[in-house]
Amino acid sequence: MAAMRYNLPTKEGYFGNFGGKFVPEILIPVLEELEEAYNRAWNDEAFRNTYLDLLQDYVGRPTKLTYANRLTDYYGRARIYLKREDLCHTGAHKINNAIGQILLAQRMGKERIIAETGAGQHGVATATACAKFGVDCIVYMGAEDMERQKLNVERMRLLGAEVRSVESGSKTLKDATNEAIRDWVTNVEDTFYIIGSAVGPHPYPKMVRNFQRIIGDETRKQLEEVEGRLPDYLLACVGGGSNAIGLFYPFIEDEKVQMYGVEAAGLGADTDQTAATLTIGDPGVLHGSLSYLLHDKEGQIQLAHSISAGLDYPGIGPEHAYLQDSSRVIYAPITDEQAMEGVKLLSEQEGIIPALETAHAVAYLEELMPRTTEDELLVLNCSGRGDKDMGTISKNL
Amino acid sequence: MIQTENRINNLFEQHSDSSKIMSLFLTAGYPDLESTVELILGFEENGTDLVELGMPFSDPLADGPTIQYSSNVAIEQGITMDKIFDMVREVRKHSEIPIILMGYINPVLRYGVTRFCERAAASGVDGLIIPDIPLEESGIMVDEARAHGLPIVYLVAPNTSDERMRRIDTHSEGFVYCVSVTGVTGAREGDEVAQSVQRFIERVKTNVTRNPKMVGFGIKSHEDAQRISRDMDGFIVGSALIDTIRAHYPEEGWKDEVFAFVHSLKYGKL
Repeated sequence: MAAMRYNLPTKEGYFGNFGGKFVPEILIPVLEELEEAYNRAWNDEAFRNTYLDLLQDYVGRPTKLTYANRLTDYYGRARIYLKREDLCHTGAHKINNAIGQILLAQRMGKERIIAETGAGQHGVATATACAKFGVDCIVYMGAEDMERQKLNVERMRLLGAEVRSVESGSKTLKDATNEAIRDWVTNVEDTFYIIGSAVGPHPYPKMVRNFQRIIGDETRKQLEEVEGRLPDYLLACVGGGSNAIGLFYPFIEDEKVQMYGVEAAGLGADTDQTAATLTIGDPGVLHGSLSYLLHDKEGQIQLAHSISAGLDYPGIGPEHAYLQDSSRVIYAPITDEQAMEGVKLLSEQEGIIPALETAHAVAYLEELMPRTTEDELLVLNCSGRGDKDMGTISKNL
Repeated sequence: MIQTENRINNLFEQHSDSSKIMSLFLTAGYPDLESTVELILGFEENGTDLVELGMPFSDPLADGPTIQYSSNVAIEQGITMDKIFDMVREVRKHSEIPIILMGYINPVLRYGVTRFCERAAASGVDGLIIPDIPLEESGIMVDEARAHGLPIVYLVAPNTSDERMRRIDTHSEGFVYCVSVTGVTGAREGDEVAQSVQRFIERVKTNVTRNPKMVGFGIKSHEDAQRISRDMDGFIVGSALIDTIRAHYPEEGWKDEVFAFVHSLKYGKL
């Protein structure tokens, strides 16, 4: 079989039927300027080197690829490796993208940074990057999320960011995103919007993916060193989908590598308390791109639910929508309860307390491992550490 | 092509007096489902030439607090696309005022583009404004809209380049919606609009030559409207109207207060 060629998105920003730029006219010139600046920067060796130097010396990359020997023994099937994004500065993969985008903002001369945040991890990563570069940072956060994630609010404030409470709509991530876009529309001249996931209008999904592909690039190299070959399985959680696409993207053309994205089912994908966008959603437009989303029969966006604030989003990055429709990646839902089992499993077997987001991927091992064999290799993206979730975790244990 | 008997085209072709064309934006189902038809008919009696009927969406990211509020109220009251079509049909029993449906693309996609265009046209809708469908994404519905004789009005903004304005003028049908300031919808202080707007207006005059030009965003009084639309065919008021409804609803005589405001927007204070 001929090797599969993958060069999406198109120049219009489409991954198959998904993606695009569904934004008000005011943002069109801004997105064009951004795309041009991004393309030029990404092809500029000096920019790439600055980005990679910061990832090495500030973020702490490359992150380790840890062989999970006890977890492997527990299942007695494929050998399990953990890609340790939890060891990144600030505790999750989000910082890879925040560093990339702030470098781009600097290059474009945009001195005012805005961001949205749900759980607060992207907000903390952005506030951190802004502190490092000495630029103003405004983070929009739903009032309800601010209540649920107080510690991260304090972290952002300590880092010098202004956290703006969003009181509109459901007071969660989607509303924080709406408010960040409103700010952007109003302050187009001097403001750079650092989007935290592989969502939003073109070129964001592509740009965020490329700033996160370091996860997959390192994994490939590290696994080659220890095992001398490619993995058989890749496993990652998906909310908007940035850690997953970062891991998957460098392997997309390797057809033998099977990929699994795990989304949050909340109380169950068949209930109305869920965030299982790919499992039960329909195509639609939210926050500037066409993808799967959760909405009612009138097209009003529904509230997502997940025990994990980082997966609690009614949309999904357009590239994941495409990868599902083209069957390149298998997506599956994991409930709140299963995710809690995942937290316990990784903590007890490997001495790693995972973020609740990551715990969804861990929990999926129960379904996936019995189908694997001892001579196979699996890499699970350990996207973040669980300290931030200790409040929720202890309440649900 | 658009049939020539389209009410929007007729409006601009037949408008002869020196006053500016006034378009009002009202969120369908705000402040309640029962009042929308009566409000539209009252707007017409008080000098309104065109109505932009808002299709509410849960996540109106180009709108300020006022239209976020009216959209939420309408959704809570149970507004649906079918109810909006019923409202237009009801207006059509009494009036020939041009009606444009304005709103975000997602509810339209959910309803089905073909079905939406069919029912809109059959109900007596005259055109569409979908702010999150820029030219780049127009393929998602332009053919269907055209097949049903529904012009799509595009917007230009202060940061739209000259070249792009000309391109938008080529594709826009009915008129071109000129967004006077960058930012979300919402009433603004008159000076804030006037200062930045003049250079933009000059560029619009030079580049938008095929279509009539309507200016909107931030207008809240007759004086604002006159100043800003001097070189335009007309002006659009939305948030200031909804703010006025919000200030008086549901006290007795609230509609009269709203109609008095509409009258003053067009003709100035008596």
